[in-house]
Amino acid sequence: MNVAVVTFPGSNCDDDCHHVFGPVLGAKTTPVWHGDSSIPDGTDIVVLPGGFSYGDYLRTGAIARFSAIMPAIADFASRGGRIIGICNGFQILCEAGLLPGALIQNRSLRFICETVPIRCETTDSAVTRNCTENQVLRIPIAHAEGNYQLDDDGLDRLEGEGQVLFRYCSPTGALDSAYNPNGSKRSIAGIMNAGRNVFGMMPHPERISEDVLGGVDGRLLLEGLVCP
Amino acid sequence: MEATVEVISGGPVKAKIIVMPRKEVLDPQGEAVQSGLHSMGYDEVTSVRVGRYVELELDGSAAEAEARVKTMCQKLLANEVIEDFQFTVES
Repeated sequence: MNVAVVTFPGSNCDDDCHHVFGPVLGAKTTPVWHGDSSIPDGTDIVVLPGGFSYGDYLRTGAIARFSAIMPAIADFASRGGRIIGICNGFQILCEAGLLPGALIQNRSLRFICETVPIRCETTDSAVTRNCTENQVLRIPIAHAEGNYQLDDDGLDRLEGEGQVLFRYCSPTGALDSAYNPNGSKRSIAGIMNAGRNVFGMMPHPERISEDVLGGVDGRLLLEGLVCP
Repeated sequence: MEATVEVISGGPVKAKIIVMPRKEVLDPQGEAVQSGLHSMGYDEVTSVRVGRYVELELDGSAAEAEARVKTMCQKLLANEVIEDFQFTVES
């Protein structure tokens, strides 16, 4: 599998993604610069990594979505190519309109950096196909703007179409506002588009894909993604 | 969204834009400011919403600027999923 990892000014999880998709998962990764206007031929997966693209100025992801590379990414998505946006990458995909909704400041106004339980809401996606329904995974989050917002009709549609990938939950998988770290509507931690080829999630699976880093729950997701 | 065009001749065209969180969207910053005001004793404050104020200076006429500023707001300066905007253009 050929994985293109896009670096924006301020991305800081791009090296982690190269490491995990490359040596850990065995894919071939290629760096793509935000100023490029195309992605390499033969790309199977595009990764928008975490970080603080353009300093998060104005709104997270708001400036990055106008990068030179973004039309090529939108075109790749429209042709069914798999795209995953992690953390800042999720924010960029929402700003670009490739995923519904938006991510605003955490309810607490604090930057949250901790490992949290999330519940797998569907197994009908490349990212979650190795999971079981309602499986609880422990994945790190690290964000100040992870509070997912969408109007109720949009949320009903997402849920109705089974486009919610993950919700924040208790260690045993119960939904409870006490375990919703950032105030996200309906505890949503990750979603996909209607075509089920564009994925966005605030938790960082690439940070928990090796035993030496404390677990492999993230690897379960990324292995699914890189499977043909 | 409201736009007011005040045509006053002379000087550069200036657009004054206010972006606010939509009413139905949680405003954590506004809530924190409200609780700060309450802790200072300003109990009469029943709601706080914190938004963003943007000023632009533009070449061209105020009439031309109006449509273009609206597009700038829709495309970049506001995210209509979570925010409303209004602006005035004056020259």
